[in-house]
Amino acid sequence: MYVLRRIMALIKKEFMVILRDPKSRFVVIGPPLIQFFFFGYAATFDVTNVRYALLDQDRTSLSRELAADFSGSENFQLVRYLNSIQEIDDAIDSQDVRIVIHIEENFTKKLLTDSAATVQVIADGRNSNVASVALGYAENIISKFNQDQLSGGGSDPSKIFLSIDDRAWFNSNLLSRWYIVAPLGGTISMVIVMILTSLSVAREREFGTFDQLLVAPFTPGEILLAKSLPGIIFGLIDSMLLVAGSVWWFGLPFKGSIIALVLIMTLFMISIVGIGLLVSSLSMTMQQALLGSFAFIMPAVVLSGFTTPIENMPQWLQTGTLANPLRYIVTALRWIFLEGAGIADVWPQMWPLMIIAALTLPPAAWLFRHRVG
Amino acid sequence: MSPQNSDNHVLQAQGLCKDFPRKGQAPTQALIDVSLAVQAGMITGLVGSDGAGKTTLLRLAAGLLLPTRGQIRVLNLDCAHQSIEIQSRVGYMPQQFGLYQDLTVQENLDLFADLQGVPKNIRPQRYARLLEMTDLAPFTGRRAGKLSGGMKQKLGLACALIKSPQMLLLDEPTVGVDPVSRRDLWDIVAQLVSEDGIGVLIATSYLDEADRCHRLVVLQNGKVLAQGNPEEFHEKVRGRVYRFTPNRPEEIRLLQATLAARNDVLDAAIRSGRVRCVINSVSASELLPKTDFKQIESCEPNFEDAFMALAPHPRVEFLPDQTNEKPQVAQDIVVKARNLKKTFGDFTAVSGINFDVQRGRIFGLLGPNGAGKTTTFRMLCGLTSVSDGEISVAGHNLRRSRARARADLGYMAQAFSLYRQLSVHSNLEFYGRSYGLHGKRLEQRIDWALDEFELRERRNLPAGDLPGGFKQRLAMATAMLHEPAILFLDEPTSGADPLARREFWLRINGFAQQGVTVIVTTHFMEEAEYCDHLMIMSHGTDLAQGTPDAIRQLARTPDTPDPTIEDAFIALAEGRTMNLSGKAS
Repeated sequence: MYVLRRIMALIKKEFMVILRDPKSRFVVIGPPLIQFFFFGYAATFDVTNVRYALLDQDRTSLSRELAADFSGSENFQLVRYLNSIQEIDDAIDSQDVRIVIHIEENFTKKLLTDSAATVQVIADGRNSNVASVALGYAENIISKFNQDQLSGGGSDPSKIFLSIDDRAWFNSNLLSRWYIVAPLGGTISMVIVMILTSLSVAREREFGTFDQLLVAPFTPGEILLAKSLPGIIFGLIDSMLLVAGSVWWFGLPFKGSIIALVLIMTLFMISIVGIGLLVSSLSMTMQQALLGSFAFIMPAVVLSGFTTPIENMPQWLQTGTLANPLRYIVTALRWIFLEGAGIADVWPQMWPLMIIAALTLPPAAWLFRHRVG
Repeated sequence: MSPQNSDNHVLQAQGLCKDFPRKGQAPTQALIDVSLAVQAGMITGLVGSDGAGKTTLLRLAAGLLLPTRGQIRVLNLDCAHQSIEIQSRVGYMPQQFGLYQDLTVQENLDLFADLQGVPKNIRPQRYARLLEMTDLAPFTGRRAGKLSGGMKQKLGLACALIKSPQMLLLDEPTVGVDPVSRRDLWDIVAQLVSEDGIGVLIATSYLDEADRCHRLVVLQNGKVLAQGNPEEFHEKVRGRVYRFTPNRPEEIRLLQATLAARNDVLDAAIRSGRVRCVINSVSASELLPKTDFKQIESCEPNFEDAFMALAPHPRVEFLPDQTNEKPQVAQDIVVKARNLKKTFGDFTAVSGINFDVQRGRIFGLLGPNGAGKTTTFRMLCGLTSVSDGEISVAGHNLRRSRARARADLGYMAQAFSLYRQLSVHSNLEFYGRSYGLHGKRLEQRIDWALDEFELRERRNLPAGDLPGGFKQRLAMATAMLHEPAILFLDEPTSGADPLARREFWLRINGFAQQGVTVIVTTHFMEEAEYCDHLMIMSHGTDLAQGTPDAIRQLARTPDTPDPTIEDAFIALAEGRTMNLSGKAS
């Protein structure tokens, strides 16, 4: 009873310290929501309104039909007509246009004589991402044009295959937002929890209150528990809020199990609190703690598969990502949201989080008292 | 101050006001209508408690702040508009002088000479003089960070003097400095004034230093309370200063508390084993029954007496319970240290000290900054590991023992270490609960703390917004809330003004009377007088141990028949004591 009362006092104090301060109160709720909307809208691979120039040297009804397909697409925006091949260089160099569509002179003739007609698409490779996506769109449009021609004219099964490929691309455009938004709840709340917990011990050390705690009859375990809870609770609230926002605001499907979601999110928060408290215990000042947590946050996000697939990384780096807690929640959230995963399905993503927590929390508690100051 | 010799003035202030805006509140008035003058060839002391406005005035003089109203001129230049000119002709040494810790003494001097544009050809002779004055010549290759506190201050002073300023502004240059260096610093300043004829304005909160000034200005809450030369101040209390000798040396604190509680007594402090009093009425002999003390004698007033008589006193009563069951059977040893050592890398902070503390006693750890007091203290509390040796607090080594062993401890850190964003009441409640208080008992104790430390009116204020003195009270209240048997106080009076320090020691005294064992560190040598037993530390070793009386005896010579603890420290540090029997007694 005595111990319980003491721990309750400590936990209450931890929450009061955060909630009393208008600034920390805002930090817990404000930035996560703002970032959520920024990421949700901005971080998408979809490319719209690609500025392009058209060089139509064929000038037939068929070539105009193809050109109309481009100008009618919402992915493209026609800014200029070119008259000669010489003008292409300038258009791209000046960054006036991202791509140039070049329809060669005998386009219609070749098409009608069933020999290969070529449409040249020149992209500005300086922004390789936009270039490749734009090329993909261009490919779609041309394939679709092909298909339309074929369905109108003769039939060649090998070219109908193109139209199937075309559809997969179309789906990908829609998925890009889902792909980004589904793991947002984990990524954004990680940043908040990391900052919140990394400051907690460091703030007390900087203001001298930590010594006062250490001379009181608290065990390191009790301090650890009290320091962990606010991070876990606020992290869960934030992440659940963002999950709700993903469904109600961005219209993501939620196909999986809510219990699995809460369970793995809790484990994820505990592992982040472990890392945050370890950073905090190692720091003597708040500045060190903040630098320490950013040194963790950036690589954690990059190596999580949040934006770029882990499979694309070199093998040694892929092995390194196994120590990254964010990797597991990013994967699990995509599975739960988009593939309808349950507890059993996400179990492979759960136990690594437990191991990370088990490896970070005890040294953090040990360092409370043994950090040489 | 007469207008005819105003040519001689290096600083003049007329109706000077400085406000600092505060968010959502009326601005803080740091200086209110201050008028004063500083003359060349003189040391003018700026005396006052913390927050009196000393630093603000110095910063205005250095052209670092703009006055809100009024005028301040230095060397006949307007501080508000000609600050660049002033800064090139005035030496200013702020409280924390910006020495570069990783540069050597010589590199620091070079750097400041470069910054101040001192011509290369005059540097060698300038350096020679400064190094000679400050005794730093043997250490020119040492990094500033590795110097002792006193040496750092001397180096800071040397850097401030590098361009032969016509005026020197010093902001509490001797805080936390060991007595030997403190004396040296004053000697340097005195030498500059007599040889170079510069004017010096020096802020200090050590009242004993004031008597080394030629003129004194007393600031209180931003206003000039009084100014004059030291003799004028002495005259104000002449014939009203007495010292009482207790019947037995152990009774001195009781005698002090009794005297301090009397309405006619303006100030009562323990000095050299006697209680020094400034009284209101003329008949000192009627103050107390003759049986309460051994001897009374009138004495020569000093500035401290005058200052304490000048400052409006809140009357505090800390008469211990008359039951006075202070156990004479207090032979049981509560705290024990044997051959205690602490090293940080190749630096030895504490090298093999031994001491015992008996129950119900006040044990003082004395020494300048960097002597190893705080390290020793933190080892006792279990906050720092012990490199070697043994330690026992109430039978435990607090670093290894279970958490419960700490329940009987009260702790007050050097810097304010409570939760600033929580209210006074929440802080008390949290610390009460962490020591297992709850329900009615907790309420009772919080009520006691709010009343005893006069915090009731401010109980809903965030602790961080309390004025300095009240922060100290709250820290003490939380340390005492769970009625600990042992109280650890680390520099509790540092930064406190003389009044607050008096009040504080009366409280400690009261707790000790109730049987609480108190372990306290301080760099104020005169505070040793309030301890039962003390250990003087310097460079990680104990210079001497014993009762205040025994320590003073070490420095008794025909020249100084009535030495202070500070005299004893200087004698010990210079190895001049006849007899070192006090050591490790």
